[in-house]
Amino acid sequence: MRFSSAMRTLLVLLIVVVVASFLPLGVSGYVLGLLTIACYFGVFAMAWDLLFGFAGEVNFGPTFLIGTGAYTAGILDNLYQPPIWICVVAGTVAAVVGGVVLALPALRVRGPYFGLTTLVAVLMLQNYVVVDASLTGGEIGLTVPDVITISDAKNYEIALWFMAISAAILFSLSRSPVGLILQASGQDAVQAGALGFNVTKHKLFAFIISAFFSGLAGALMVFYLGSASVGTFVDITVGVQIIIAAVLGGRRTILGGVLGAVFIIAMAEALRPIGDLANFVVFAMALVVVLLFPSGFFGLLTRAKEGG
Amino acid sequence: MAEPAHLEVSGLTKRFGGLVAVKDMALRVESGKILGLIGPNGSGKSTVMKLIMGIERPDAGSVRIGGVEVAGWPSHRIARLGAGMVFQHSRPLHRQTVLENIKLALLPDKLTRLFADPATDEHARVIAKRVGLDGVLDRRPATLPFADLRKIEIAKAIARNPKVLLIDEPFAGLTSKETAAFSDLICELRDSGHAILLVDHNVKSVLRLVDRVIAMYVGEHIAEGTADEVMRNETVRRVYLGGSIETAARPESSFRDAAVPFLEVKDVSVHYGKAQALEGVSLHVHAGEFVSVVGLNGAGKTTLFNTISGLLPYSGEIRREGAVLRGQTAATIARKGIVQSPEGRELFVDMTVRENLDLGGQHLPTAGNAMQMAWLFELFPILKARQNQAAGTLSGGEQQMLTIARALMMKPKLLILDEPTLGLAPVILEQISKALERLRQTTQITVLLGEQNVTFALPHADRVYVLEHARIVWEGEPAKFAAEMGTGYL
Repeated sequence: MRFSSAMRTLLVLLIVVVVASFLPLGVSGYVLGLLTIACYFGVFAMAWDLLFGFAGEVNFGPTFLIGTGAYTAGILDNLYQPPIWICVVAGTVAAVVGGVVLALPALRVRGPYFGLTTLVAVLMLQNYVVVDASLTGGEIGLTVPDVITISDAKNYEIALWFMAISAAILFSLSRSPVGLILQASGQDAVQAGALGFNVTKHKLFAFIISAFFSGLAGALMVFYLGSASVGTFVDITVGVQIIIAAVLGGRRTILGGVLGAVFIIAMAEALRPIGDLANFVVFAMALVVVLLFPSGFFGLLTRAKEGG
Repeated sequence: MAEPAHLEVSGLTKRFGGLVAVKDMALRVESGKILGLIGPNGSGKSTVMKLIMGIERPDAGSVRIGGVEVAGWPSHRIARLGAGMVFQHSRPLHRQTVLENIKLALLPDKLTRLFADPATDEHARVIAKRVGLDGVLDRRPATLPFADLRKIEIAKAIARNPKVLLIDEPFAGLTSKETAAFSDLICELRDSGHAILLVDHNVKSVLRLVDRVIAMYVGEHIAEGTADEVMRNETVRRVYLGGSIETAARPESSFRDAAVPFLEVKDVSVHYGKAQALEGVSLHVHAGEFVSVVGLNGAGKTTLFNTISGLLPYSGEIRREGAVLRGQTAATIARKGIVQSPEGRELFVDMTVRENLDLGGQHLPTAGNAMQMAWLFELFPILKARQNQAAGTLSGGEQQMLTIARALMMKPKLLILDEPTLGLAPVILEQISKALERLRQTTQITVLLGEQNVTFALPHADRVYVLEHARIVWEGEPAKFAAEMGTGYL
């Protein structure tokens, strides 16, 4: 029964994505640009939910993984201009390696300390980027010589299908036996151990998967934007926005992250006329949703479906 | 089974800081046998179980499962080798069905398994049938009664067909009927060749099941033998000293506020969704009186107390000294002197004993605070000795004393004690019982006590109410309880 409900969800995802892929026919390049960003953001949020919703570890440093992927890809392109795909692969590998280096010691400590470790990692990366300005572009940012394409429509399609494939993989994983073990490990590590599961191994695996998708999405986004800066890829605020997107969308739903990301980007845009207040309003709305509907958008959707 | 699967432990020792929790323990369980490991709270029996399972790492000693030395292994390896543990507190995955929860326990510890083996489903159904869950496979744990949640725990623990099965307090929270069914299940597991270790507070609870019993006290092995031998053992008797019921009720007419009692609960009903938790409950408590509400788990005691404390919406009326309580917040009700010592203790576990007490005495002037504290340390001397220790590191009995003491720091007019004996060994009950007696004799305090343990609830009580399935079914003097309610009631 679960199998079929998972299949149904994936089918709905496919239909939505196919419909969304026709948007370039009727939507302005500007809107497509926003949606492109939202797709990458959605991947960030989904990768984060795998860690928090399933493995039960609050990673305050999603931007450590994203930033490592983005800057590695960007710097490599800036220095040697290899084919873009090599830069993207290198960025992804760097994010995974960075993730393992961070997770191995961090998973040894429990509860809030894991989160604190990841938070410190972000600050360190941010500091490094600012200090080693000759390599990273420092506070001004890094301009990469190449982009994948300058067509808004093509960029959008790439981001959309990348998001769709990531969603399908992450969602399937969350519903697989491994996802079940992860959930058990996150909820009660002692009992999961007594049931014969190596909790550390499974959590490390979740971290690696999360790092893989974060790094890959970060690297791809660099070649969409044509630049990398601390403010877009590393800053704590970006990390908080990702977390908000995931929680707004619905914890433990994976796919909810995409809804949350689209919502955040759309609201920021809709509220642009009120200037700096926009962020305030978005955060306030997030607060209301988290307080009143802790299961998030996706939780509301599925509940409505089950109720009707 | 081909070889005698068994568990053999020797010289097992575990220290937590300066405290020796387990000292040179030895035990042995053969295939097809049940060993009972008993001991009062804080005796180290749970630690022994955790050491066997690898949840805690032993400082010294040997643990052999089927002849393989596993001391120091991580728990997942010990589990894979052939040990299963039934936890006392069940924490199933709530978003998954019962069947999925059982399947979880059958999954391989591999990251490459992205699709469950179809045989897993069949296997999980067989296990579910064996423990009697076959009727509720597609339900979610939250919708199931407590006994079924325990069965899920058993199902998970036996899923891999472990040689050794460790069961922590098998019957905690079960009714007598459920207990019987559970006992049958455990016997059946024994007959199929598992070596079983039952951990519990006293011999009586596991009497019918065990082949042998080991008694522990403060980390040490104090007696071993058949259940009868252990029960006759002098040391065990001393540790488990139980008192006979002597009642000392004061007649209701001796309280001066006969017309308007201190607390009056009138026709109170409470619903949780569709379920009725209290139905037309009426009771009263006079100033200075000690009233016990006796009832089984789930009868509605905690609901009643939470309603009085202003934590739940209700119909009916609750009056304090004639004035209606409705509309006052829980904080106001507590500050004005109706203070609850909650069932779950709800201590601040990372704060010291002293800090917990200081919090309770927050609103008292400094001098009053110090006086109250001195008085409490006299009432519970152990808390004085432990005052700089974190509350979480206290034993269950000490935590209970601290909970009561913290409530007393608020200088309550009415102290509501919800199940103070929950999970405590007889010797600890005795200490708490003595403290309550002193409280009753030396102060004007009014007490409303909720208990399922009748031997604890009756001796101090002036009057007793029996709560059964959300309703008060009996009210009277404790001396008449045995005759009118029958000893078979509990």
